[in-house]
Amino acid sequence: MGYSLTYPFDSGVLLSKYKTIKRELLEETRDFTRKKIAILGGSTTADIRKMLDLFLISYGIIPEFYESEYAKFWEDAMFPSEKLTSFNPDIIYIHTSLRNFAQYEHYEQMWEKLRETYHCPIIQNNFEYPYYRLMGNKEATHGRIKEITEMNLKFSDYARAHDSFYICDINWLSADFGLSKWSDPFYWYMYKYALALPAIPTLSYNVANIIKSIYGTNKKAFALDLDNTLWGGVIGDDGAENIQIGQETPEAMAFSEFQSYLKSHKDLGIILNIISKNERENALAGLKRPDSTLTPDDFISIKANWEPKSLNLSQTAQELSLGVDSFVFVDDNPAEREIVRRQLPGVAIPEITSPEHYIYDIDRAGYFEVTTLTADDAKRNEQYKVNAARSELRNSFSDYNEYLKSLEMSAEIKPFEPLYFSRISQLTNKSNQFNLTTKRYSPDEIEAFSVSEQFITLYGRLNDKFGDNGIVSVIIGEICDNNLKIILWLMSCRVLKRDMEYAMMDELIRIAKTKGIRTLTGYYFPTAKNAMVRDFYETFGFTKISEDTTGATTWSLDTDSYAPKQNSIQVNFIK
Amino acid sequence: MLTREEVLNRFNLVFRDVFDDETIIVTDATTADDIEDWESLTHINLILAIEEEFGIKFTMSEVTLMKNVGEMADIVLEKTGK
Repeated sequence: MGYSLTYPFDSGVLLSKYKTIKRELLEETRDFTRKKIAILGGSTTADIRKMLDLFLISYGIIPEFYESEYAKFWEDAMFPSEKLTSFNPDIIYIHTSLRNFAQYEHYEQMWEKLRETYHCPIIQNNFEYPYYRLMGNKEATHGRIKEITEMNLKFSDYARAHDSFYICDINWLSADFGLSKWSDPFYWYMYKYALALPAIPTLSYNVANIIKSIYGTNKKAFALDLDNTLWGGVIGDDGAENIQIGQETPEAMAFSEFQSYLKSHKDLGIILNIISKNERENALAGLKRPDSTLTPDDFISIKANWEPKSLNLSQTAQELSLGVDSFVFVDDNPAEREIVRRQLPGVAIPEITSPEHYIYDIDRAGYFEVTTLTADDAKRNEQYKVNAARSELRNSFSDYNEYLKSLEMSAEIKPFEPLYFSRISQLTNKSNQFNLTTKRYSPDEIEAFSVSEQFITLYGRLNDKFGDNGIVSVIIGEICDNNLKIILWLMSCRVLKRDMEYAMMDELIRIAKTKGIRTLTGYYFPTAKNAMVRDFYETFGFTKISEDTTGATTWSLDTDSYAPKQNSIQVNFIK
Repeated sequence: MLTREEVLNRFNLVFRDVFDDETIIVTDATTADDIEDWESLTHINLILAIEEEFGIKFTMSEVTLMKNVGEMADIVLEKTGK
């Protein structure tokens, strides 16, 4: 037991013990989702599939694979076989390499065909550089190196212009791995592998990271230690003036660069928090040094006390309405890491080594692999900050309704719009707690619901006097004559207890009535995380019509019997 | 210096990992026909695992010419003996 499937993993062990490791992974009891993954290869893909299998299972995704016949990626895409169409993939991974270098149009044509046939996310390798240079350096200006660079730019232009199309950057991976080792031709001649066998786990890990990011299992927050993690030295002993940070010594520079690296994560919507065994005033004194890149304002939660770190971490998680498995815990002390690892399984804990390598140690794991970058991500830290201000305001009111009124809330509750497809898809993939059916949808599927007359779709965006919360709630209902089946209902936990769910239901029923809907059917499918909405439909006066042995329930409501429920949010009011 | 017996013993461990079968015992005469999962694609995993076990690297012609486990052991002994 205990094979590492996160960075740094032992590629040789994963390749030689594939079957044993797979068996052991599947013995773990946890919530797995199942996904169908088509690998369209321009060279042998057998071990790529096996390694992808391991990494995805470790991310909680049990894959079912389709592999094209040897090197038939293009034919499979352009002339869809019965086998692939009936497989109906959730994700298509196109594993091509320099061995498949061709006209750009050849590729674009294929992508277009795949998009219109399967409407699912596509992951496409770009090209690695050749391991030899006919003209030496001239290759960079007049040869293949230049051609490949230009081709890779065209690939990335296509990815920028198309949702649900992702580049697997083997150009970078092969450089990082070592191009000559990556391209060892032994494996090409012997087995028609476009990359060396020892490099395959690295490639598959990279692909698995893209897939887990698409399905919303990225990490969301850092929990950071202070002494010897964010700065050199022990501030309680050495004093704020003597810790290593700034530009004066090599060690201080390494810590400063690490702080900048962490700070950059804020723009990606990653939340920074402190968990440190220190007196609070000492912790703050270190962060308030003028040469500290990170300042107290950069953190959403700062816990500096003498409680066990596992306790502080689970409290932080609770305050932010996140699961502990959304956290990356960074601490230089192996003993602290071990305690948190034992107490809170699911927390990611990088084995950081020495300050100059902290960035490397954390970066390689791909905790925050970005597949969609929405405007909301960049504002996330701001939103968590403002939430803290709201809590303060709440404490100043004795009557909760008075507090809600004082927030001066307004909401936009409307059918899906193209501008929001990727954010809506992201929410269906990320929301676990306030989520009645936990259905995951790609942007393409969201678009399909939006254009179909058979569905009622609604997104909700909530504003208040502190700012814009962004899109926080999504509903999809399927019209069956005069009944509406609510197949998806979710809300971000950022806006719990703000009456937003009431505003959404009021609006849903108003629109449903205009379409002649007489009854609503609601579903609750229990998961490990969504117990908070078990009684959701009951609160709205639905009647329970069935319950199965897993605790899944079905509910019904006559639209005529429903009276609007909320009056603290102004809905669809144009300023 | 490794003995032939040690090499075969270590082969057993590698073969058991790669083919996920704790009962495997190889001899000089063992070939792909004797082990159920030993086909062209698992062969590459076996080669890499043997390379890593002994810290050696096979050439292409060595891999294509070896006919049974005994010949594989010969090459390992030759490469580790240098």
